[in-house]
Amino acid sequence: MAAITSDFSFMPVLPKWVVPVLLLAFAYGVVPLIGSSYLFEAILLPFLALSLAGVGLNILTGYAGQVSLGSAAFMAAGAFAAYNFNLRVEGLPLIGSIFLAGIVAAAIGIVFGLPSLRLKGFYLAVSTLAAQFFVQWALTKFSWFSNDSASGVIDAPRLSIAGVALDSAIGRYLFALTIVAILTFLAYRLVSSQTGRNFIAIRDNETAARIIGIPVLKTKLLAFAISSFIIGVAGVIWAFAYLRTVEPDGFDLDRSFQILFIIIIGGLASIRGAFFGAALIVVFPLALSRLGGFLLGDLFDSGVLDMSQRIVLGALIILFLILEPDGLVALWDRIRRRLLFAWQST
Amino acid sequence: MPLPSSALGVMEASAYAPEVLARGLPSSLRPQQQSEDRGEPTGSVAGVASPLLSLQGIGLSFGGVVALADVDLSVHPGEIRAIIGPNGAGKSSLINVISGVYQPDRGQVLLDGISYAHVPTQRLAHLGVARTFQNLALFKGLSVLDNVASGLAYKVRSNFAGQVLGIGRSRGEQRDTLSRADQILEFLDLSAVRDRLVGTLPYGLQKRVELARALVAEPRLLLLDEPMAGMTASEKSEMAGFVRAALDRFATTVVLIEHDVGVVMGLSDRIAVLDYGRKIADATPDEVRNDQRVIDAYLGVASDNEDGAGI
Ligand SMILES: Nc1ncnc2c1ncn2[C@@H]1O[C@H](COP(=O)(O)OP(=O)(O)O)[C@@H](O)[C@H]1O
Ligand SMILES: [Mg+2]
Repeated sequence: MAAITSDFSFMPVLPKWVVPVLLLAFAYGVVPLIGSSYLFEAILLPFLALSLAGVGLNILTGYAGQVSLGSAAFMAAGAFAAYNFNLRVEGLPLIGSIFLAGIVAAAIGIVFGLPSLRLKGFYLAVSTLAAQFFVQWALTKFSWFSNDSASGVIDAPRLSIAGVALDSAIGRYLFALTIVAILTFLAYRLVSSQTGRNFIAIRDNETAARIIGIPVLKTKLLAFAISSFIIGVAGVIWAFAYLRTVEPDGFDLDRSFQILFIIIIGGLASIRGAFFGAALIVVFPLALSRLGGFLLGDLFDSGVLDMSQRIVLGALIILFLILEPDGLVALWDRIRRRLLFAWQST
Repeated sequence: MPLPSSALGVMEASAYAPEVLARGLPSSLRPQQQSEDRGEPTGSVAGVASPLLSLQGIGLSFGGVVALADVDLSVHPGEIRAIIGPNGAGKSSLINVISGVYQPDRGQVLLDGISYAHVPTQRLAHLGVARTFQNLALFKGLSVLDNVASGLAYKVRSNFAGQVLGIGRSRGEQRDTLSRADQILEFLDLSAVRDRLVGTLPYGLQKRVELARALVAEPRLLLLDEPMAGMTASEKSEMAGFVRAALDRFATTVVLIEHDVGVVMGLSDRIAVLDYGRKIADATPDEVRNDQRVIDAYLGVASDNEDGAGI
């Protein structure tokens, strides 16, 4: 399992905050000027939502060591909760709905985290499937959640903050970017705090953690709560900013696996890893379809694309697990160190 | 008949490193109470205060295997109490019972006069008990400093929100935790590897980090399960020096498990000897050295005792 506890420390000479600040300046100052609407709609918005979900799952699985296959359920809970708060609570600002949606997802996370007090590893993963199936079932079964809409597919509310409409592609991008940046910063603070150390301690040696007086049960449930909060908010971004519809279908087991793959490929127990992994997961199918269309022309239809996507992705995951268990982050750090070394020795 | 010297081949290893003891201590960390009767044989047990820890009739078995049978033990404040015995004698089981990892089938553990049928592991740190493990139980994903700092986790009162936002008591707590961890690192001569991931250190240093994690809580009772297993002779003597120094500095009482007779002879005040789960002797080092049953128990395993690699 990954052992990277000091994220963002990848510039040995510069202070830790320099690279994230530069990236943020670029994302706010340059990307909106040069980005096409395709870039926002097809790449950056899903990238941001999935990155945030990856950050959330990484807290639970990467840091606290509790495997979960219920991520999509928590995304769905967040999206539907935000929709209903927004619909039913008069005068609640959008940000308020989103925060409360995170709280709802956290509460559901605690309930489905209870088995972790007795179960570990594979058995825990299977038990989190219960969350996945239960939430999807409840959202489909009770039409109240979708405001009795006939199709079950509902339009997300229009995005606006303090009266400023954010409906355009750029607006939705900035909206998502801001939430992701804030929550990622808080997650980074969390994993380097005493609570973050407790997460890792429980992951690495639960008996020793208990003996030195870490409240193991409480800390596990806290990991479920915080992780589900973040994943729930990621679900809101997915539905409100990216798809602009709220529906249970997109939050299926496939999505849960996708988020798990994101943190495995990106790097477990690494905040940066979630972004690396999400970038790969989002860009890879697009690149594959371009490449396939270029090489095979019309033969490369959507069926072939879907199949080849799954095959290549599966192969990638196996390769990563064997060759680079610490994920893209470790790969990146190694390459960067080599380059730096080569540059210094010239 | 005294033990043949081959069985005690590592006797000299227990002479502790003088430079460790000579190191000056900041006055804030000087022990409040020095143990009075250091070096004196415990013949005058009657005069000693009531035991800090005592075990009464502890029995434990796994399926058909009897790990402990009717074991009594008392540990007095300020002493280094060794428990020795061949592999599989039940030494680790005994420490696991004291720390609540195992629940004994029979008997009581008295800590500080309170009797437990099953010691509450979660409360152990609050009771002033810390331990190390025979097989390393460090947190591999954390740095040396963070591993040691985690030994103070039981004291943390700030919640995660305060820690994330850096408000309330969390700031002071964090500063205090890290500075105490740093002091222990310095004390155990680990400052140079402070920021290394603990899994990247050599085995002997990892053992020392585990001692640091236990010591940082300044426990009243420190349980050490083979802290010197698998070490070279010079590493062993260094470790023995650290254990003695820790006792002097923090006025800690130590229960020291060793597979290797020689190491503990010069270090401990009283030695209990286990064999097949039974206590076959409990006396001063000199008496144990000359005890026929101890010699019999040990002669059979003298050769695999030599390297002290009891796992
Ligand atoms: N968790 C366990 N499960 C089964 N048997 C155990 C367990 N722990 C210890 N034992 C058995 O109890 C006996 C004593 O073991 P242990 O306490 O580890 O001895 P020592 O530390 O003196 O080498 C051994 O026979 C060992 O196999
Ligand atoms: Mg043992």
